Amino acid sequence: MGEKPKDQILHDHNNDGVDRRGFLKCMAWAGTGALCVMQGGVLKSYSMSRIKELDAKKMAGELSFVQISDSHMGFNKPANPDVAGTLKAAIDKINGLAAPPEFMLHTGDISHLSKPEEFDTVEQILKGASAKDVFYVPGEHDVLNDDGQQYRERYGKGTKGAGWYSFDKKGVHFIGLVNVLNLKAGGLGTLGHEQLEWMEDDVAHLKSSTPIVVFAHIPLWSVYPEWGWGTEDSAQALAYLKKFGSVTVLNGHIHQTMQKIEGNVTFHTAASTSFPQPQPGKADSPGPMKVPADQLRSLLGITDVNYVRGQHALAVVDSTLG
Amino acid sequence: MSIFGWAALVMIALGLLFNGSPEIAANTPPPAITEVKIDNFSFTPVTLTVTAGTTVTWTNRDDIPHTVVSADDAKTFKSKVMDTDEKFSFTFTKAGTYTYFCSVHPKMTGTVVVK
Repeated sequence: MGEKPKDQILHDHNNDGVDRRGFLKCMAWAGTGALCVMQGGVLKSYSMSRIKELDAKKMAGELSFVQISDSHMGFNKPANPDVAGTLKAAIDKINGLAAPPEFMLHTGDISHLSKPEEFDTVEQILKGASAKDVFYVPGEHDVLNDDGQQYRERYGKGTKGAGWYSFDKKGVHFIGLVNVLNLKAGGLGTLGHEQLEWMEDDVAHLKSSTPIVVFAHIPLWSVYPEWGWGTEDSAQALAYLKKFGSVTVLNGHIHQTMQKIEGNVTFHTAASTSFPQPQPGKADSPGPMKVPADQLRSLLGITDVNYVRGQHALAVVDSTLG
Repeated sequence: MSIFGWAALVMIALGLLFNGSPEIAANTPPPAITEVKIDNFSFTPVTLTVTAGTTVTWTNRDDIPHTVVSADDAKTFKSKVMDTDEKFSFTFTKAGTYTYFCSVHPKMTGTVVVK
């Protein structure tokens, strides 16, 4: 895949330099291991096999980071008896990227049972990554028994409330949200009044041209409510982001990749590095899905994200571990 | 003796054993269920009825951890996380209807009715 005419902007309906149909086409290619990067207003795609031939700088764009999720350190059942091994494989994959990511996002379920040794092991394994900075948000498995006290002691420096925070990288504004605490019977994920108020205030003074990346564990859109795959009050959070031309929402929790584009918002869930889960409704319950051992790694993965200043949509690419 | 004769003899013997008429032996109620099984992201039985003073035990047979937390504001009962094969027990002393859920997977709900 190279610089063919069909990669150029063809339909610029929103006058923002983004050919949405081309973007979606590129996302489809992404499933086969392609890298899509926005450069100079043109969406280009490169197959992973040709990556070495290309100029890493040209391809990297201006900001490059990786999302990993759901490492579930401590899980040891048949669906994956070696979650440390598959996490290491994910780090190897990250270290093999042509453009080393500047940092990593971990969208939660770092541990399986909130045990100190589980958090310690993940910390050790992540030390081997080329990207030294890691930003976390907790999953429901990280806040067991203590309402997240241990999680905040480890990862909560500079965060507010249950562990929410924001930071800026190369002009992109990142917002880490916590939607796995104070869950109600029969309910979904929840952000809560205090966090929503903080978020409204946090983005109030940002220019609408600022690209926004929101990351949280449970999906912020309704993937499958029957299995708790959604957040009750996410609509309020998204309403605060309406003014922005580019919003990327990165989630985990469902252990499979899924994407939805709605106006200026791209929603994306990452694969897990530990075990896959069934597609919505394809099983009785959303538990660990057992697959033949030689297929496991093809259902686990990482997500690589690239942003070029001046362009709107971030290029989000998933790749599997095997 | 005919089969009916033997049956009658057994019935009378059981009747004497239970210090009453033969009808009582035939009507002994089965032992009360006090166990809830957790499997496949659900509680079974989803509604359990017990008498006050009963200890109910939840056992996690799922391959993923779960908790048992009462849905009321007072948090009448709240288990630590249970991994596979771990248990949690609670003794219900007061009559009432207690809705509970798994705080890790809140779509999982159950009820204990205490009479």
